[in-house]
Amino acid sequence: MNIPDDLNYTEQHEWVRFADGVATVGISDFAQDAFGDLVFVDLPPLDKEFVRGDEVIAMESTKAAASVYAPVSGKVVEVNERLVDDPGLVNSDCYGEGWMFKLAAPDPAGLDDLMDAAGYEAFLTGLEED
Amino acid sequence: MKLIFDKSVPGRQAVRPTCSDIDTPVELAPHLLRDRPAELPELSELDVVRHFTALSRQNFGVDSGFYPLGSCTMKYNPKIADKVARLPGFADLHPLLPQLPGGAGLVRGALAVLHKCDLLLREICGMAEFTLQPLAGAHGELTGVMMMAAYHRDRGNDKRTVLIPDSGHGTNPASAAIAGFAIKTIPSDQNGLMSMDALAEAVDDNVAGVMLTCPNTLGLFNPHIHDICRMIHDVDGLMYCDGANLNAMLGRCRPGDLGFDIVHVNLHKTFATPHGGGGPGAGPVGVVERLVDYLPISVVRMRDDGSYTLDYDRPKSVGYTAPFYGSFGVITRAVAYMLMLGRDGLKAVADHATLNANYIRCKLRDHYDLPHDRICKHECVFSASRQAANGVRAMDIAKALIDRGIHPPTVYFPLTVKEAMMVEPTETESKETLDTFIDTMIELAQLAETDPQAFAAMPATTPVCRLDEVRAARTPDLASLSDHA
Repeated sequence: MNIPDDLNYTEQHEWVRFADGVATVGISDFAQDAFGDLVFVDLPPLDKEFVRGDEVIAMESTKAAASVYAPVSGKVVEVNERLVDDPGLVNSDCYGEGWMFKLAAPDPAGLDDLMDAAGYEAFLTGLEED
Repeated sequence: MKLIFDKSVPGRQAVRPTCSDIDTPVELAPHLLRDRPAELPELSELDVVRHFTALSRQNFGVDSGFYPLGSCTMKYNPKIADKVARLPGFADLHPLLPQLPGGAGLVRGALAVLHKCDLLLREICGMAEFTLQPLAGAHGELTGVMMMAAYHRDRGNDKRTVLIPDSGHGTNPASAAIAGFAIKTIPSDQNGLMSMDALAEAVDDNVAGVMLTCPNTLGLFNPHIHDICRMIHDVDGLMYCDGANLNAMLGRCRPGDLGFDIVHVNLHKTFATPHGGGGPGAGPVGVVERLVDYLPISVVRMRDDGSYTLDYDRPKSVGYTAPFYGSFGVITRAVAYMLMLGRDGLKAVADHATLNANYIRCKLRDHYDLPHDRICKHECVFSASRQAANGVRAMDIAKALIDRGIHPPTVYFPLTVKEAMMVEPTETESKETLDTFIDTMIELAQLAETDPQAFAAMPATTPVCRLDEVRAARTPDLASLSDHA
């Protein structure tokens, strides 16, 4: 299971890379593997404001439909348009070309609630044991 | 096999239409006329009969084999119910007849069937009144949630949120969203039930109601149901029961007695309409007394003299939700089925549906993971996690079952169970059939250990083998009529 050290994670299996007041968001390797091959990603409109915990993306795999939530509050400044034609990028490279959206969040409250790589790994281990 | 269009031979025909006996030519404006003749297949009657007979032989239904598709209640539907629905006095009625002056007197039998269905469902569900209008389960959900919205609007309640557990049917949040509500998902606890802690945290004055499947999609009955209802009623919220799993509690407990305010019933699942081919279904919705005014237009009323009338004067109603009077054929089958089984028969349905599910659960628990291993209702949910570690996922087991003459269970639902396989045997299957299924599942569990690669080639007995579902969804190749021009 690939869990890069330089990212933060949520319990809903989003990853967040925070730099220069912008949060880049995608789903973790665990999430893409459990969800299966993505066939559809519904991207949010630019400039839309989201509150932490809001559903930002609806996505479908051959197995199920699921949501990606805003890990911090902020405004959408960029979306990964390539996912429209090639949602499989999330499966092949979830931390790279499969990123999903960027939120402008100059002062993101709740950033402290996110897990680091070690914390997320421990969280996943807990899930396996349940 | 070839499409019927591929079999077309120019000039071949099955019928010879007679010439029009209307002398006056009908003048149509040029923009209403076709540019070129309609592209219809040209075949003889025998070509058509063989084409559709061949298609029907590739179909798999309850009439051809075991169909344990969880949450769908694919039980055997007695043919007598079809026969009743086909009676010319029902089947050949014109739907506008009861709305004509004096027309109700010409369709008394049909109106009596509708009224009887309402009365029987009231008794079974413990509700004050039912609308028979909704044409499917999800349509019933939408109708029910619209009534929830109408109730709050009427009382001046500014409530925007509907709570739904994460094990719920996907149609629940969809219905609530279409009715204008925001959805808040409540996680499950380690027992597979809606987390009471998370619920307590989510309940506030903004909560319009809760949509709960009872028993839930893991086949588990929620022992906290009374507490949940009290919590929601304390903030003037309404309890909605998704009745998809009514088969599990017929005659044994009633949603109204449990504290629910609204319930939809899938007549096609629980009450004798063959389904699975896309319809028609029927999703009547029952409500408690304080919601009766919001029921859709129209409702059947019995006058003091025993005659029937349709009531269109309903100022607080959510309005028209369907044309005419619901899925009349499905409703007729349901009434025939309920009257045929009677009170004791319906209780036996719930008892045997539950017994059969628990028999399978106990016989397979050593061979597949069972995340919630306790007495269930009408369905049980296994996990193929153990097999998946060896490369054989729930989907592979589903495909292998097809080769063994068994319809796969529901897979990958509910979402709260990894590699879920949701088995609902229903009450109509014999012990012999259940044992065959159990033996087959054990054989597949063993095959997953000894030869996991074998699954890649399954199914081998179907007209097409393993389809590339990912490619089909990502780059669909939709054959259209124009391709065959």
